[in-house]
Amino acid sequence: MEKRARFRSWWLPYALILPQIAVTLVFFFWPAGQALYYSAFIQDAFGGNLQFVGLDNFRELFADPHYLASFKVTAVFSLLVAALGLSVSLVLAVFADRVVRGATAYKTLLIWPYAVAPAVAAVLWVFLFNPTIGIVAWWLKRVGVDWNYLLDGDQALLLIVIAAVWKQVSYNFLFFLAGLQSIPKSLIEAAAIDGAGPVRRFATIVFPLLSPTTFFLLVVNVVYAFFDTFAIVDAATSGGPGQATEILVYKVYKDGFKGLDLGGSAAQSVILMVIVITLTVVQFRFVERKVQY
Amino acid sequence: MIENRPLLTFVGHAFLVLGVVIVALPVYVTLVASTHTAAEVLEVPMPMLPGGHFLENYAAVIAHGAGESGAGVGRMMVNSLVSALVIAIGKIVISLLSAFAIVYFRFRFRGIAFWMIFVTLMLPVEVRILPTYKVVSDLHMLDSYAGLTVPLIASATATFLFRQFFLTIPDELAEAARIDGAGPMRFFRDVVVPLSRPNIAALFVILFIYGWNQYLWPLLVTTQEDMYTVVIGIKRMISGGDAATEWNLVMATAMLAMLPPALVVLLMQKWFVKGLVDSEK
Repeated sequence: MEKRARFRSWWLPYALILPQIAVTLVFFFWPAGQALYYSAFIQDAFGGNLQFVGLDNFRELFADPHYLASFKVTAVFSLLVAALGLSVSLVLAVFADRVVRGATAYKTLLIWPYAVAPAVAAVLWVFLFNPTIGIVAWWLKRVGVDWNYLLDGDQALLLIVIAAVWKQVSYNFLFFLAGLQSIPKSLIEAAAIDGAGPVRRFATIVFPLLSPTTFFLLVVNVVYAFFDTFAIVDAATSGGPGQATEILVYKVYKDGFKGLDLGGSAAQSVILMVIVITLTVVQFRFVERKVQY
Repeated sequence: MIENRPLLTFVGHAFLVLGVVIVALPVYVTLVASTHTAAEVLEVPMPMLPGGHFLENYAAVIAHGAGESGAGVGRMMVNSLVSALVIAIGKIVISLLSAFAIVYFRFRFRGIAFWMIFVTLMLPVEVRILPTYKVVSDLHMLDSYAGLTVPLIASATATFLFRQFFLTIPDELAEAARIDGAGPMRFFRDVVVPLSRPNIAALFVILFIYGWNQYLWPLLVTTQEDMYTVVIGIKRMISGGDAATEWNLVMATAMLAMLPPALVVLLMQKWFVKGLVDSEK
């Protein structure tokens, strides 16, 4: 779509767009270029000479069991976050769409965690699950669960999944609710007259009509789990115990800032960029096309 | 409602109440912990009703912070507020300007500029941490408000949102403005910006929260305590280990850190929902 009515000036459009482009060039393109460049070099231990190694950094990464383990942790983590986050919020949205009394109050009471910083969410859940002072950890111990996320990797992963889902449920809930409210009531009424019960109506009408929303949220949740959960991991577990919760984004940070491995960290950045680009393309190509029956 | 099924309605309410309770539980425990002394919080199990040290704890953290991080939370809140406002307003202003240029002018490199802004969507800070840090440090922007905000100020989402909206503004308005002799900037100020007000409000809510909740970036660019944002302050408070952590003060800080963005969401709920939905289109 294009405008018919336009203004003419040889300098004004450039001046208007300059701030955005300047920030983009200096803080996006230049660093991304640097990441690409350094991914082909190694630096000696004293931070001196750069040595060109071609694709060796990448080869080394994919031969490194720690890196592959981090890939696996990220995959498990994002699957859990997406599956748990979507199902919990779908259930809540379906009921919030159904109840007549108090629907607005429920909505208000469910959406505010969106405002909580991921790092703060992590601290709240760490406090609840802290093995020595946490109240939930105390309850768990009373029912016989040997809870100590500082030693048990699976429990640590569970903790960051809970914190990440808690923070994301409000977002998913709002989109599901909007999706549910846009389904024509006449369809559901017709099915009810034909004798379909609530479960049948949900399975054959509501859920299929909701599939564009579900697919969109699936992509958004995977992106969220991949990239926006750095703060949760750093504040809750710092990637530990061992590297049980070391997701890819955390590993880039750790290798770059703590390990000072310039080439390896840059190569990891490049791989992450490829993942984001893929996810963005998927989002734009398929979400636009609307998955629907 | 299609039909009356009392049992299903009851189950619905039960699930929703359970959801609300689980969502609220961590914050309730945080609130309770922030009103006790450090020793009371360390009791196992900790008390589940508010104690009597509310004012004392909050006054202490606002003035001096907790544990090793000696800076007051009051100062950190100011840092967070300044960066959240600069990021939100900055993103809105530069996106309004660039969307206006892209929609209302025809110029060389227009396609390239549009494409460049689009690509930034694919380069979140998380994937280019080290090189971006180097750029900021070469520009001597560490430990400054400029370093905290300027690198985050480019926004593809906001630019697209405004572009979409500008395309729906009737051409007649621009033609009328030209006939009346108004220049582009006059048209921008008197027609485009006032019409965009609902979009600006909705974006502001989302971007304020985005700015306030930043973590990785302030973690990298701030090394001095008096430049910490409140989110970073909390993280530094708990990094001393269990024994050294004064949990009651940490929890008071957490409450303070949640308050401004939560208030923005609750008070501007309508704009918040609009902003969330619009910015994902």
